[in-house]
Amino acid sequence: MIAFILRRLLQSTLVMLAVALVSFGLFRYIGDPIHNMVGQEATLAEREALRERLGLNDAVPVQFARFVGNALRGEFGISYRMQRPVADVIAERLPATLELALISGTAALVLGIALGVYTALRREGWLSHLIMSASLIGVSLPTFLIGILLIYVFAVELKMLPAFGRGEVVQLGGWSTGLLTASGVKSLILPSITLGLYQLTLIMRLVRAEMLEVLRTDYIKFARARGLSDRAVHFRHALKNTLLPVITIAGLQIGSIIAFAIITETVFQWPGVGLLFITAIQFVDIPVMAAYLVLIALIFVVINLIVDLLYFAVDPRLRAQRPGRGH
Amino acid sequence: MSQRPLAATGAHVHSSPAAEPPLLSVRKLRIEFPGRRGTLVAIDDVSFDVARGEILGMVGESGAGKSLTGAAIIGLLEPPGRIAGGEILLHGEPIHSLPPAAMREIRGRRIAMIFQDPLTSLNPLFTIGQQLTETILAHLDIGLQAARRRALDLLTEVGIPAPEQRIDHYPHQFSGGMRQRVVIALALCAAPELIIADEPTTALDVSVQAQIIALLRRLCREHRTAVILVTHDMGVIAETADRVAVMYAGRLAEIGPVREVVQHPRHPYTRGLMGSIPVLGADVHRLVQIDGAMPRLNAIPTGCAFHPRCKDAFERCRLERPDLMAAGPTRAACWLYPPSPNPEPTP
Ligand SMILES: Nc1ncnc2c1ncn2[C@@H]1O[C@H](COP(=O)(O)OP(=O)(O)O)[C@@H](O)[C@H]1O
Ligand code: SF4
Ligand SMILES: [Mg+2]
Repeated sequence: MIAFILRRLLQSTLVMLAVALVSFGLFRYIGDPIHNMVGQEATLAEREALRERLGLNDAVPVQFARFVGNALRGEFGISYRMQRPVADVIAERLPATLELALISGTAALVLGIALGVYTALRREGWLSHLIMSASLIGVSLPTFLIGILLIYVFAVELKMLPAFGRGEVVQLGGWSTGLLTASGVKSLILPSITLGLYQLTLIMRLVRAEMLEVLRTDYIKFARARGLSDRAVHFRHALKNTLLPVITIAGLQIGSIIAFAIITETVFQWPGVGLLFITAIQFVDIPVMAAYLVLIALIFVVINLIVDLLYFAVDPRLRAQRPGRGH
Repeated sequence: MSQRPLAATGAHVHSSPAAEPPLLSVRKLRIEFPGRRGTLVAIDDVSFDVARGEILGMVGESGAGKSLTGAAIIGLLEPPGRIAGGEILLHGEPIHSLPPAAMREIRGRRIAMIFQDPLTSLNPLFTIGQQLTETILAHLDIGLQAARRRALDLLTEVGIPAPEQRIDHYPHQFSGGMRQRVVIALALCAAPELIIADEPTTALDVSVQAQIIALLRRLCREHRTAVILVTHDMGVIAETADRVAVMYAGRLAEIGPVREVVQHPRHPYTRGLMGSIPVLGADVHRLVQIDGAMPRLNAIPTGCAFHPRCKDAFERCRLERPDLMAAGPTRAACWLYPPSPNPEPTP
């Protein structure tokens, strides 16, 4: 168990170092950082002095070590565009993205599992067929199109929900939340649907396929033959085995929800890190881009770790083998 | 009336009108699979009885319909398969058309089932203790503590060493033979009257097969549990069963007391099967000695389904389908044993 966790931590560290290398590469090789920092009128000598002061003349490995050291302390330098520390800018924007991802991710997971189980158990029911057909829309329509359609129907035509922005937010310490005001909650609805619909349909189809597979297994047949109730067979025996592989996919989906938030945030002008990243690209704001990359990678790595630990908790076959195994 | 019918008289346990009905009675069972290209008849006109405490061996090539018959009895035919005719009676009460809730009362409590592969019969995510107690609690009105004690007793009974520790282990921590013992314990949870054991040792190491069969036989004798034992192993049948039913292409070919069927088979198909009984000590027990293959369900020959492979076939076999007919002490579906032209009933 300990060895397993250590091995995973080591792998995660390597992944993060690789991502750090990429973001470091952004700094080093895309554009000239000095050019981005000083005005047109700076002299060559001034530029060289700055270059020396920033350590840009040091050997590349030294610079990389310094970059990693700074990143560990959450320092990614000053945003070229906003002239403020990147860490501050991201900390400001992160709550918006996390709230959106959390709401749509939870909804996608809960609804996806519920609908997947339902359509697997009622395979021939008309409602199941309807849900399955409707889910095709979710997988095949691109996210931005769904967003625009929702805006058109609910914001433009019906005028029920806001078309953009986060509504009123309340500051709780360093965290700005939209969950405490009516306009904030209303503003969350359309972006959450847009962001979560694809994941919902994906999880639903996965759960359904997995559940159908599990329902065909011998241990389910045997559970029925033992005279257990349908409820015990479906929701105790089948569901637990169904969710095992779903954990991995769901984890990855939550990760990609945060990554995909870029599109949704752009469509809805949602003031999160995704929108920040898009703007950073337009302005070649390298420090922001680098920090965003590292942040997303970190989120994926953490989610992966959680998924591994969950697996460990749920599947006894992975746990340390006790004595007495075998004959 | 004796609880254990003797092998030699087993065929007659249900013949006396005064006797109470047999434990299980399958009457003219017909199982169909409706499909796009017509309906497949997988089981056709199968009738047999199982008496209390009796072990009925069931043999026949793969695809003969043994598993389907078992699934129909315990009410677990998988759609689109359905019982299209006949009836299944438990103590004379029909159980083939019970509503699901009523059938669940019977499943596990009065009729239990053991499947072929102990490696896949147990849910990998639950300890064997959890699986035992949930089964016990589903059928018996006792508390959790009592259920756990009963689970421990059952594990001891099926020969799991150190049950107090093993009860909290997961299936993957047991060997194949031990898992099948656990499966047997699960089948015995509510002391059923009948266990359908569908090839319970086929997936196991040869070295543990005999132990498992011996265990099953001992427990069923002790608990007076009847067994339908499906197996390809004629040696096991000869040692274990009271009577034998031979299936071919979804029909019964022959049924009768084990000694008769094994030593003096009447039906040509049974003779072919018995020809494959190994010499003592040889380890291949498979049914391979008959030329040709069993017909597919959509191409069952007219008349006697066995006639294309039968060395004794004659004109009538191609035209008329034989029912089970008395053939000495067994009953065989074969025109070599036509009913006597004098229809006087024998007492
Ligand atoms: N779902 C199904 N659809 C069509 N035919 C089936 C289905 N299940 C079983 N059968 C057919 O029923 C016959 C009997 O199968 P089975 O009872 O499993 O045989 P056995 O257990 O004797 O080997 C086989 O010919 C098989 O092809
Ligand atoms: S009825 Fe005819 S074909 Fe069928 S087993 Fe008997 S002799 Fe052979
Ligand atoms: Mg079978």
